[in-house]
Amino acid sequence: MTDAPEEPAERQRPWPKLLARPSVPMPRSGMPRRSEPIARGSEWTIGTLEKFDSALSQHAQRLGLDTYPTQYELITADQMLDLCSTVGMPVHYAHWGFGKQLLAQERGYRKGLSGLAYEIVINTDPSLAYLMETNTLALQVLVMAHAGYGHNAFFKSNYLFRQFTQPDAILDYLKFARGFVMECEERYGWPEVEKVLDSCHALSSYGVDRYRRPSRLSPRRERERLRERLRFAEQHYRPEFAHLEKPAPRTEENAAAFEPQENLLYFIEKQAPKLAAWQRELVRIVRKVAQYFYPQRLTKVANEGAATFWHYTLLHELYDAGEVDDGFMMEWLSNHSDVVAQPAFDSRAFHGINPYSLGFAIFRDIRRICEQPTDEDRQWFPQLAGTPWNESIFFAMANFKDDSLIEQYLSPKVMRDMRLFLLHDGEDDRRHYNVEAIHNESGYLKLRQALAAQYRLEYHTPTIVVARPSDETERALLLQHRVEHGRLLETETTDAVLKFVKELWKFDVVLEEIDSEGNRLKIHRT
Amino acid sequence: MRIVDRRVDPPGRGTVNRERFIRRFKGEIKRAADEEFSKRSITDVGRGGRVTIPGRGLAEPHLTHDNQTGNRDFVVPGNREFLPGDQLPRPESGGDGDGEGNEAGEGEGRDTFAFVLSREEFLALFFDDLELPNLERTRFGEVTMERTRRAGYTRDGPPGSLLPAMTMRMSIARRIALRGSIDEHVEALEQEREKAGADRRAQIDEEIARLRLRRESLPLLEDVDRRFRSRIATPAPAARAVMLCLMDVSGSMDERKKDLAKRFFVLLYLFLERKYGGVDVVFIRHTEQAEEVDEERFFNDPQTGGTLVLPALQLADHVIETRFAGPDWNVYVAQASDGDCTSEDGRQSTAYVQQVLLPKVRYFAYVDIPSSSGWFNRPSDLWQSYDVIEDPGFARRSVRGRGDIWPVFRELFSRKATV
Repeated sequence: MTDAPEEPAERQRPWPKLLARPSVPMPRSGMPRRSEPIARGSEWTIGTLEKFDSALSQHAQRLGLDTYPTQYELITADQMLDLCSTVGMPVHYAHWGFGKQLLAQERGYRKGLSGLAYEIVINTDPSLAYLMETNTLALQVLVMAHAGYGHNAFFKSNYLFRQFTQPDAILDYLKFARGFVMECEERYGWPEVEKVLDSCHALSSYGVDRYRRPSRLSPRRERERLRERLRFAEQHYRPEFAHLEKPAPRTEENAAAFEPQENLLYFIEKQAPKLAAWQRELVRIVRKVAQYFYPQRLTKVANEGAATFWHYTLLHELYDAGEVDDGFMMEWLSNHSDVVAQPAFDSRAFHGINPYSLGFAIFRDIRRICEQPTDEDRQWFPQLAGTPWNESIFFAMANFKDDSLIEQYLSPKVMRDMRLFLLHDGEDDRRHYNVEAIHNESGYLKLRQALAAQYRLEYHTPTIVVARPSDETERALLLQHRVEHGRLLETETTDAVLKFVKELWKFDVVLEEIDSEGNRLKIHRT
Repeated sequence: MRIVDRRVDPPGRGTVNRERFIRRFKGEIKRAADEEFSKRSITDVGRGGRVTIPGRGLAEPHLTHDNQTGNRDFVVPGNREFLPGDQLPRPESGGDGDGEGNEAGEGEGRDTFAFVLSREEFLALFFDDLELPNLERTRFGEVTMERTRRAGYTRDGPPGSLLPAMTMRMSIARRIALRGSIDEHVEALEQEREKAGADRRAQIDEEIARLRLRRESLPLLEDVDRRFRSRIATPAPAARAVMLCLMDVSGSMDERKKDLAKRFFVLLYLFLERKYGGVDVVFIRHTEQAEEVDEERFFNDPQTGGTLVLPALQLADHVIETRFAGPDWNVYVAQASDGDCTSEDGRQSTAYVQQVLLPKVRYFAYVDIPSSSGWFNRPSDLWQSYDVIEDPGFARRSVRGRGDIWPVFRELFSRKATV
């Protein structure tokens, strides 16, 4: 095909534009230095790390970055493996699933298949960041900037984290949970406890209040509530009348007034007919933990992007001030470029879009647009062009989650740099993907909207609601899947998950798949 | 900002969760470990190792969309040639073009799950339901009892075990030593003073005054003076037992048979080491003569010769009589041989076992390793001779291949109702 000028606008080839030079200038090596490097070489001591942290914190303050205080913890590789297996939390209740994670990761690590996570940071106050002892100096400082400043600032400013998590309470709550699970195991036997936890884990994506701010976590209050619940049950239990106790008759209006509920675990905790008090408590624990992680599920790109942007920025500040030498820069930049590498869709290394890569590109482009806007940027982002870049970055960190961040800030330049294109997998042709849009004038908007949609929760996690609590005669639980774009549930895993639901509900569970017009497309039963 | 060093913390949660995983899939893991065992070389038998179990039941399912249904739009990076309207072939399994990431990518296949067990975990699984039969008196627990006993002094310890007298003695010694060295120093300075000029003399006076002051103000007690009672934990076996391992290494035992016999004993040794830390093990090997050897030579030293069983039994009795006699001891004997012996030797040995050894021992296990190319699996000479022994404390099995060892071992030492 030739590049004939009469091609329709939609099919114009945009490739030549990709050869543009990088727009953010590299620091020049001859720049005047204010000071000597804080340390050279790759060895580190706690003292040098402290010096680097104070240097980082000066730069962060100058740029206006607002963070929780950070506590760094030095750990060994084995401890890092432990942490990774329990989703990064230093305290967690015991479960075989975590053991499985640990064994798998350990094997990968020992065989050299996979490296270890460079950084884990926990949204607590003070924020906890882990430094692994085998890292070199440059890597430690990279991790400190990434976790201790980037993630930390994101946790502190982002509206979802402010609304949904209580960073000061989570560790205490997990300690309570660990103790409670252990107690249950002693009292009721581990197979029973595992049965409940397994079932809850299968539903953990549905243990979340999506729109309502959860109540404060407090282990003390939890314990009191628990004691009260058990005391009440004991005092009011009369064996001679137990068989007479009937649930209040459910009238027609009652059933009609029932509003669909999205928080399955909450519903089960409160309404499941045959769960014992301690089992309800376990459901509650899984639900609370899921709630804590909910904002993290929604902000992978934004969170990692901001953290990566800030380590990149802060370490360059260090370099500009002369506080680190060239060797230091070369070392962390090499790690940095591994982290933000984005393999192409047809590469064997491709596992979807790398959130570090996409997020970093977006945040870095915000800074570029603020500092050096082109005509295209002025047209696309009039609100950004020429404003102070740090203000704009802070705004983007504070007020968006993944989908809205992309919808608001994904610039044509980033789409071009990543060479994004939109594929359509339709019912009419299962043997091909159709290319719907590419990175050209007519495709930018479509791409941006599609990518944003891809990061909505519903795209990955099917929307399930409790449609009707229990049928009068059968006590069955009726769940509904709100089908979008005709995408049904995968039969095998759905059956497995429904078995788990039944384990909790104890009576039949039915899952209907309903499209937007209310047509029933498919039914799964236990 | 604070930096806390957690490297010294004891390992914790990881182990707990590991245990839980192993506990849950014990059956599968055990089966895999047994299989793994028969594949190993003799030196590796006791190591931990890679185990692969079927992936069924391991999955923690979540609701997902079926990618074969509905319409789906997704954005991917790395476009090199496509224009709107182009088509590209869809991967068969609806696989990884969808940007959802592959969550199961951690060394975990769809159908199997592979991981590495430590030596401890491996052995614990192995010997889970085995034990020494007929063990009398206090039965062994999983751990031997620990008793603490005095063991001299240490420089560090809890305040409660501080020894004041000892501490003061150290303090006096320290002060005498320090005073002596100061005195020497002063003496040297005084000698120098005699010869020195005026200003140097003033300097020396000052120095001497400083040293005298220091001599007077030596601290009464310093940290280094403190002495504490030292207590160390020593394992105290709850019951005493000894295992005598008798192995035939004569010329008729070819490499294959020796390998089988050694495997059996390695297993036995590991089992005893792990479950009954306080058990004594005696290794005896024999050709036409018997000798007691150490573990190293028992397993690794090649030796050949003719076969006589009786001397080995006699040596065993000698060892029992001299070292393990009396009611305190639970004595076990395990014998492995290809069973080649003269009929005379067989008869004598049988009588010896029946009359001399069996009354003294709790359990006598005989492992027969017959020639693979024998007379239609004809029982070996020794096996036939042993036919006449009927005693609850006597057991025999025959092992023909590697795969037999573990089941035979299991039969011989499976947990029974103790007498």
